[in-house]
Parts: sequence; C-alpha cells; structure tokens
Amino acid sequence: MVKVYSVPPDERPGETASELRIVGKPFRRVDGRAKVTGQTRFADDLQFPRMVHIKLVRSTVAHARIRNIDLSAALAMDGIVGTLVGEELPNSFGIMPVSEDEYALAIDTVRFVGDPLAAIAAVSEDIAHAAALAVIVEYEPLATIASVAEALTTPEPQIHEYADEGNIHKKVSLKFGDVEGGFEEADLILEDDFFYEGSNHLALEQHSSLAVAEDDDRVTVYSSTQCPHYVHRALSKTLDIPASRIRVIACSNGGGFGGKSDPFNHEIIVAKMALKLGRPAKITLTREEVFYCHRGRHPVQMHLKTGFRKDGTMTSQHLQTTLDGGAFGSYGVASTFYTGALQTTTYKLPHYWFEGARAFTNKPPCGPKRGHGTPQPRFAYEVQLDKAAHELGIDPADLRLRNLVEADTITANWLQIGTIGLKECIDAVVKGSGWKEHYGRLPEGRGLGIACSAYMTGAGLPIYWNHMPQSGVQIKLDRSGNVAVFCGETELGQGSDSILTAVVAEVLGIGLKDIRLCVGDTDLTPVDLGSYSSRVTLMVGQAAKQAAEKARDKIAEAVSEHMEVAMESLVFADGQVFPAHEPKQRIGFNEAVVIAESRFGTLGTTGSYIPPRAPGRFRGSGVGPSPTYSYSAAVLAVRVDPETGVYDIDRVWIAHDIGRALNPVLALGQIEGSVYMGLGEAMMEEQAFRRLPKRLSSALVHKMPSMLEYKSLGFHDMPEMTCYLIETDDVRGPYGAKEAGQGPLLPIMPALSNAIFDAVGVRVDQVPIHPELVLKGLQAKRQGREARVGPEKFPDINYGEPLIVHTPGQGGDGRAANDPKASRKGVRSASGTMKDRDEALKEHSSATLTTD
Amino acid sequence: MLRLPPIRIEAPDTLQDAAQLLSNGNTRLVAGGTDLWPNMKRRHQQADTVVSLMSIPELDVIDNGKTNTRIGATATLADVIRDDEVRRRFPAFAKAVASISSPPLRNMGTIGGNLCVDTRCTYYNQTEEWRRSIDYCLKEEGQICWVATKSPRCWAHTASDSAPILCALDARVTLVSSTGERELPLKDMYVDDGIDYLAKRADEILTELTIPAASDDSQCRSAFWKLRRRGSIDFSTMSVAVAVWTDDSDVVTRATMYLGAVGAAPMPVAEVDAVLVGNKISKDRIAEIAHVAHQIARPMDNTDFTASWRGKMTEQYVTAALREIAGMPPLHMQPRHRLRVI
Ligand SMILES: Cc1cc2nc3c(=O)[nH]c(=O)nc-3n(C[C@H](O)[C@H](O)[C@H](O)COP(=O)(O)OP(=O)(O)OC[C@H]3O[C@@H](n4cnc5c(N)ncnc54)[C@H](O)[C@@H]3O)c2cc1C
Ligand code: SF4
Repeated sequence: MVKVYSVPPDERPGETASELRIVGKPFRRVDGRAKVTGQTRFADDLQFPRMVHIKLVRSTVAHARIRNIDLSAALAMDGIVGTLVGEELPNSFGIMPVSEDEYALAIDTVRFVGDPLAAIAAVSEDIAHAAALAVIVEYEPLATIASVAEALTTPEPQIHEYADEGNIHKKVSLKFGDVEGGFEEADLILEDDFFYEGSNHLALEQHSSLAVAEDDDRVTVYSSTQCPHYVHRALSKTLDIPASRIRVIACSNGGGFGGKSDPFNHEIIVAKMALKLGRPAKITLTREEVFYCHRGRHPVQMHLKTGFRKDGTMTSQHLQTTLDGGAFGSYGVASTFYTGALQTTTYKLPHYWFEGARAFTNKPPCGPKRGHGTPQPRFAYEVQLDKAAHELGIDPADLRLRNLVEADTITANWLQIGTIGLKECIDAVVKGSGWKEHYGRLPEGRGLGIACSAYMTGAGLPIYWNHMPQSGVQIKLDRSGNVAVFCGETELGQGSDSILTAVVAEVLGIGLKDIRLCVGDTDLTPVDLGSYSSRVTLMVGQAAKQAAEKARDKIAEAVSEHMEVAMESLVFADGQVFPAHEPKQRIGFNEAVVIAESRFGTLGTTGSYIPPRAPGRFRGSGVGPSPTYSYSAAVLAVRVDPETGVYDIDRVWIAHDIGRALNPVLALGQIEGSVYMGLGEAMMEEQAFRRLPKRLSSALVHKMPSMLEYKSLGFHDMPEMTCYLIETDDVRGPYGAKEAGQGPLLPIMPALSNAIFDAVGVRVDQVPIHPELVLKGLQAKRQGREARVGPEKFPDINYGEPLIVHTPGQGGDGRAANDPKASRKGVRSASGTMKDRDEALKEHSSATLTTD
Repeated sequence: MLRLPPIRIEAPDTLQDAAQLLSNGNTRLVAGGTDLWPNMKRRHQQADTVVSLMSIPELDVIDNGKTNTRIGATATLADVIRDDEVRRRFPAFAKAVASISSPPLRNMGTIGGNLCVDTRCTYYNQTEEWRRSIDYCLKEEGQICWVATKSPRCWAHTASDSAPILCALDARVTLVSSTGERELPLKDMYVDDGIDYLAKRADEILTELTIPAASDDSQCRSAFWKLRRRGSIDFSTMSVAVAVWTDDSDVVTRATMYLGAVGAAPMPVAEVDAVLVGNKISKDRIAEIAHVAHQIARPMDNTDFTASWRGKMTEQYVTAALREIAGMPPLHMQPRHRLRVI
C-alpha cells in the first residue's frame, strides 16, 4: 500500500513545527503493546469472586403488550441466583433528555424482537442461558410497523405516545434564505430520490458490563462504553441512587463506532442485580444481542432538489429526509437534524431548506454510527453533483472546486467554518488517480468516481444542556518525576489515550512513558463527555494542553527563582529543564518538580474545554456547530462486469484535511478504517428485516443477526488505497488538529456510485450497491429505459411550517424570523475560556438548545 | 457467548467403539465441529451424547495410491489442500476445498464433516430465540416453510463445497455402522430434501472418500466456480462443478456437472453429457448447457443475494466453468469471481 504525505513531516510549515518533539511524529501508541500482547483487560476479561452471570430474556414478538412473564421453570433450575423484571426498575432513561423513552426491562409493552423484558442471574453463563430459554412469556400482539411509509399510514397504535404525531417521532423544517428565489435563478434544477440503508457498527468486541456492589448502596460498573459520563447519569436515574455513590469505569473498548455511546439496558441491569444480590454481576452480549442494541445507521430516504447556474455554481437547495428510527429515541432527534445540518459545509449554498422526519418502527433503535446522520444526505448530494456535472458538461472535480466554501466564513445555516483544505484534497486525489487523463475516457466497464465531504470536530453542544466544560483534564505531579493525567475520555481503539499522553508529554518535555494515564473513571477523573462526534482529539487535547501548560508554568516559576533566570527563557525538553541561552545549566525534570513541590507544596493543575459559541440562535441551531470541520475527497476506480453487475474496486485515493496530524500513523489508521467501513456500507452492509406473510404470522425480525450472514467487508476484500494527509493548522484545535475518525468515511459511498456511472452509465441512487442492482440498471439501459436504480417515490409527508431564518448573506442575525418560542441570547462564550464563560453566565441568559 | 446445552462427549479410539456408541439413543457424531457446535448452540440440532471421531487414528489418512486416491473422513480441509498429490491430481477439488470458509475453520473442519454438513437456510441457521419469533419452520419444530409457505417440503440448500465437485469426479464413500459396511457413489448419498438430505443412516459413519484414478487431471479436466459475496468465509450461494473427459483430439467422451447451493442436494446437470459427448466444446454447446443449467437450478430466497440473480448467475458460471475447461479466455472481465488457484 502506498501512503503519501501531502508534506513530509519534517518539512511541514508552521512556526512550531520544528520545535515539536512528539506531536506530528509517528510515535508508537501508548496502549499498543498491551493490546498486541493480550494484556489489555476488556470488560469481558474481568472476573470477581462470587460473580454471577446474567442473561436477558428478550421479546420474541415485535410489538405486544406483556400479559404475563412466567419465571417458574427458570427459577426451578439449579444454580439460579436471582431475577429482575421491569417493575423493579421503573424509571425511564435515554441518551437525549427529550426522548427518555427506554426502560431497563420492558414494563408493559415490548416494541421490537430483542427488547429485553426480564433478567436471570445464575452461577454460570450456561445455566443463565438455559434458564432464559425456559421463561414463558404471554403476549397480546399489537400491529407492527416496519417502515417509515407504514408509520405514516399507521398512526395507531403509537409505539410511543410522546411522538410529534402518530408514529412520527420528530419533524423538522428549517428554511434559510430565499429558497424559491434561488431556484428561479437556476439554469438547471435537479430533483432526485435516494435511499441509504441502515447498518450496524459491527465492532469486534460485543458489549460487556460487570457491576460490583459495596455494602452501603454503592456500586461500581465496569463497561464497554464510549460515554461513561452518560452511563453514570442514566444509572443514577434508573437506580434512584445519587450519582456520587455510583462509579462507572469505561474499559478499553474493542471498537465502538457509535454503537457504545448510549447508556444500555444491560449496564443498568448488572448494577441493579449486583445491588439486589450483593454479588458481582456480569453480562456479555452475544453478537445477535448486539444487533438488537444496535443504534446504528438510520435507513434514510431523501428527496434532493438543487438549482445550478450554467457555470456550475449553486443557487438553492431543498432537502427532504425520512429516517426509520426503530423502536426508541436514542440519539434520533439529533440524527434527524444531522441529516440536514452539514449540507452547507463543503460548497457555497446561498439558500437552503431542510425538512426531516424520523419515524418509530418496531425494529431495534437506530442511533449514531460513524458520521452520524450525515453520510446519507452526503451520498445524495455528491451523486447529484455528479449528475449536474454531467448535465452541464463540467468535469465533476471542477464543479466541486468552483463551489468551495471559504475558510472563516459562516454558512447559510449559520455554521462557522474554520480552515478548509478541500481544494488541496481534491487536487491530491485528482493528481494521484490520473483523473484528468482517465475520467470519462476509460474503456467500457471501467470508471472513476469522485466525491467530497466534511465532518465536525466535536459537537458544539453537550447532549444535555449545561454550562460546564465538555472536557476536563487534571494533572498530578510529584517528586518521583511521574506525571499522572486524569481524564474522563475513553479509548475505543482510535488512539485517544495516545493523543492525550502526547499532548502532555509535548508541553512538559518528558517522554510518553513518564506519564501515567487514568481515564474513563467517573470517581477519579474529571468529566469528559465521551468518545463521540470526533470530539476527543480537539477537546481533550485542548484541556490537556491547558492543564499541562499550567503545570509547566508552575514548575518554570519555581525553577526560574531557583536558577535566577527569567521564567520565559526556560525550555522543557528531553526530560530536562534549562534556560534557552544556557542549555548546559540543565536540571532533570524530576528535580524541577522537586523544586516546584518545595516551593508551592503539593502540585496539581486542571484544564477544561468549552467549544466556542456558535453564531446560530434559532431552535435547532445546536446541531451542526463544531469548533471546526474536517474535509475529505476521494476517488474510486472500479471495474464492472456488464453481464452480471458484479464490480470490483481496484483502488481508492483519499485525501483528508486533518488540520494537523498529531500522529500521522494513527491518523492514517483512522482514514484507512473509515474507507474500509465506508466500502462496507457502499457495497453490502444491511441491517435488514424480514416480515413474514401477515395472514400467517405477525413476525417482524432481523434478517440475519450474525457476523457470517450480515455481510461486511473482510480484509481480503480491501482494495489498494492511497491516503494523503492535508494539513491546514486550525487555531481552534490543539497544535492545529482537526478530526480524522469519521469524515473520511463519507465520500466513499457516493464515489462508488459515481464511478459505476463512469464505468457503465448506470446511476445507482441507493446503497448498498448490490451487483443485482447494477445489473438491473444495465438491463434497463439496454431496453432503452432510464439507466437508474433507486427509490421511485418519496413518502407523502407534511413537515409542518418551516422555521424561517435569514442567512448571513441576507443580513440575518442567526435568529428565526417566525419563532414564537424564540430563545434569548445564548451563553456560549466566544473564546471558550472559563473566564469568558463565567462572564457570559453572569448575563443570566438562557441558551439555544440542542434540540427541543 | 452463545452456550452449548449440557451434553455428554465420547471420544472413542476405535471405529468399532464409535459405531457402537452411535447406535444407541439420541447420539450424534462430531468431527471438526465447525458445523455441529454452532448448530447445537443455536439449539436446532440436539443430542444427549456427542461422539467425536477425532481420536480414531487411522481415520485421517490421505492415501494417493497408484490407482485411486483415498481420503480419510477426519482429514482436515487444511490437510487436503496441503497435499501436493491431491492438488496435482484433482485441482478443481482442491480449489473447492480451499474456498471453504476461512483458514482457522479449515484447520478444524474435516472432509467427512463437509460431505455431511447440514443444509442451510436463513430461517433456520438462527438462534432458538430468533426461531421462536417466527414460530419455527418445517425443518425444525415448525409447521410452515417460510421460504415457500405452501410447500410441503423444506428447501434448505446444500452447503458443502466439496460435494458438487466430488460428485462430478465420481467419488465414492464408505459408510460403516455397528451392523456392517457399504460403499456407494457419493452422488447417491444426497437426497433433494432440506430435512432428510442424506441417504446415509444416522447410525452410519462416513469413514472414507475415494476418488477414482480415471478422474485424475491427466485424464479428466475439471473446474469449480463458486458464487459468494466475499473473498473468504462465505458459503456458496451457487456453485458449478464440471468434469470433462476427452479423447486425444479434444472430442468429449464423457461429461458431468453438478450445481451447488441451488437445491437441497448437489443438482446434476445430466444434459451436459448428451450435449458434449462426441463433440468438441464450443460456444454454442456451452450456451445450450448454460441455458439448461439455469432451468435446473432452484435458488430460493434463503441465502445471500436475490434468488433470481443467483439463477442468472448459474448461466454465467456454467459458461465460465466450461470455457475454463475448454481453455477459452474468460468472456468478460471476471472481477473477484475467480477463486485463487492453489
Ligand atoms: C463461518 C463458517 C463458514 C463456513 N463456510 C463454509 C463454506 O464456505 N463451504 C462449506 O462447504 N462449508 C462451510 N462451513 C461449514 C463447515 O465448516 C465445513 O463444512 C466443515 O468441513 C465441516 O466439517 P466438520 O468436521 O467441522 O464437521 P462437524 O461440524 O464435525 O460435522 C458436520 C456434520 O457432519 C456429521 N459428521 C461429521 N463427520 C462425519 C462422519 N465422518 N460421518 C458421518 N457424519 C459425520 C456431524 O454429525 C454433523 O452433523 C462453514 C462454517 C462456518 C462456521
Ligand atoms: S427452506 Fe423452509 S422449511 Fe427449510 S429451513 Fe428454510 S424455512 Fe425452514
């Protein structure tokens, strides 16, 4: 595999580049050795004396009232220690404060096949499993809803009563600018329907949790989770115990990708069972159960209408989406907004109207998966751009270049853009792939496709409204020279532990091994909201930098007094502290700490991070803002067999604007992993369901909840790949860094569809792109019909009155023009420092909510 | 993890003991266990006692004798494809075995187990809980076949990748029970029924597989094509196995063809013999056979890919396999279809 850096690491621009010793270097990840040698303890590796094993009894009916749960046969088995049913955990929970619609165990109603309704604890997993199978549940079946279309036509029975309307969970309509006027200026208007299938995260590690109770209603929960803080809150609510008596420890995760960012039933149940029995309790889900926890990509249908001028610039866009949400809220309200929020971040769109709706269906709940809500509309947009380029006779790469958003501008929907290296990304993949020579000129059956994308570097707002930092870091130093770093972040494999360590080591001039990390422990570490929304490198990085700089300054102050040199002249490097002009006068870092500890007493510092205030002030403006956005461009080369529709991806070129790669090897790993996951979604992944004929059965089941039959790419199937790291140092990120964990996934799906068009002239307006679909398109083409496969019509849906927001270009102020519930001035501080925040708070203003 | 129910395991070290143990009660055989254990964990195969064949020493011998090749039932799939002689003499068979699942599973799975592997269906290869939610199906505990709701029979598909090619190569198997021993052509061991898919009795042990010398590559040209989504791990969703015997001037003297995964048994395409014998393989004859094969294939909606596409692909793959045998270049660019030649 060829990997090319846009700029070799040691020739990178920027005044600090030459001074950095760790940042920007491909240092070995701090957790690498333990993982490779099997020393890392994942949640399922943990064992405690007298531990019991839990198995959940899950509904085998898609929608029903529970008539009776007969546990007697299970209880009669040897080795059964305890049980739990829904009534014992009566408080609901849910990740979003606006949709706390889950119960640890279903109380009256089950809402999908796999919904847990009872828990059994036994002395072994075998017995727990056998006992769970022996539980007899009587159901009174209710009508089932399998799709958005059915949710629209079946308002009753409601899956949840709090839905906006019938079984439509949430409706949104946000109109920025003069959308109709924009369309009037267009020379070409394209309207297309697209469908993007749902998919699971398929993290290799199945969810696992273990709880240990202490005598006085205190409990510790070890869990595979991306967000220990949110689990902590959910536990407190559902167990009815003050959070101060609950400790959540996030174990190392064997992958998450968004699938471990909700608080889950099983986490609550182990805690409750441990408290009830006074014995440690553990559960590890089967793969099938992971498919039931789900929270994966929403299936989304889209109707996209965009106006273009002859020169390829865009005049207006109207996007409609429907999301098949599954049985619970999860992150769904945010997901709904995300299917529209980032459309404006890549290309200039003067006017933009977004309408979105999420339906409840009797299927496992959808939620956030890598790219959260944005890959679907990105697919639609980038395929439509390809169509427009074709219609207008403009090269698709050029069409994109003509429309690029500019750095430090505000989009029509009020997102503040930071640095943007999308031009450089496009240039890199165009050059690498030989686009100019080959696009449109390859022999029949071979083709190239291009697509671009943008992604957030951390959500601007927390999940629940609060005025506290989104990320906190504490540093403890003492005479041993050891530096202990405490932070609530969680390692998912993405390398967050390494980034946190590197930032502290960089500032203090010490080695990675001189730092002891303590992370993801709600008792010991300051809160970090979790590993989601690509927020950790930027937010934890900034908090860590702040804490480390405070520590460095404290030491420098003591050392400068001691050495009688100016504090500013002190350099921290290679485990030494010395005056810049007199390097020979060096002392060891631990000696410096001794001097500081002698001077100030016990040493410790903190750092915190709050994102800058976003300019939008309308309801719904909380979803989309981010400190800065990353950018990607990809070109795919495919070969399509015209007789069968089978295609093969020969090669992928991908360029990613990462701001600055704090560790280029880790960054490349994220990009390659994104491409891999993107190809899976583009080519084959499907969280598909079966409904049996209604006259014979009411069954509605996951089609293939197994790792063998749920098709996802194997490494065997990976094409060759060339990655380019584009660096555009953004002051908002630590050392200029932006994200890399999610963005590079987004261009893959549309680039594949576009490449297939170049190869055989067939438009595939849906993913995954099965060979059957390509063949269907080819046959249509041969028969003289439209060479297109994709959804035929968009559901008939009334999104309600749009919220009208004037754009920056129209001189708007970020508020809605027609909102009776309009919020007053926000409290987010412009610079994001604690002091600014305090001042902002003094104004006693409320804020724009994430969602309402 | 999915757990096994409590079972008694026996690991006899003689065939006689194994046969004896197998003759009583609710007992099943296990070899590599790569099919049986997942099925028992999901509770669609049950047994009180499981008798392992893996401690019987003489059962895993591969003997490339002067005439026939004999392969013991517990030779692993990895053993088979590591055997130079097997690869040289029966390349399409070796290719089929190399296409089975993945390297770790080939290290465990045996050739005997592969020939007896259970038929598959996405309504059946599911956990107990899942099957409860569809009220089971004909093959196990239920009343209805969900693949064809009016059907009185089960359409679960044959899953063995070695079976079609071994049938085409005229392989024979030896079955031993506590009451005796018999040998029969492998093709006669399969029954086109998703439930009772083997003519082998439950108390019989498949001990050995024999491939005749007449099917050696020096006398017979063979090909195996397998349709699956990914380059590894996946079962066939359709496969084609062909063997063709010719005289010195490339005129066909005999031909056999079997289709995998599009019926409950390997489906013979008997017409291949009538169409080819006395002729050289030509484009027209290939087209004729491909057309017939498409009619014979009965793909159902019980595995990956749509059934209709698998049907169309049968035609494509029969063409490709016959062209390979005739030494013609592939008709189209064949992305990923072609299996690695080992
Ligand atoms: C993920 C996965 C992918 C797979 N992919 C493929 C594939 O691509 N192609 C394919 O063909 N198979 C595939 N398999 C199935 C299986 O691994 C192979 O068929 C393997 O060869 C089975 O051999 P075994 O020794 O493990 O069988 P076992 O599980 O031990 O036995 C299988 C069945 O045969 C019976 N049996 C075993 N040995 C004998 C004997 N000597 N006499 C009589 N009865 C016997 C057993 O009682 C049992 O019913 C796959 C399995 C898995 C789990
Ligand atoms: S083919 Fe029909 S009876 Fe057979 S396993 Fe499938 S659903 Fe069951």
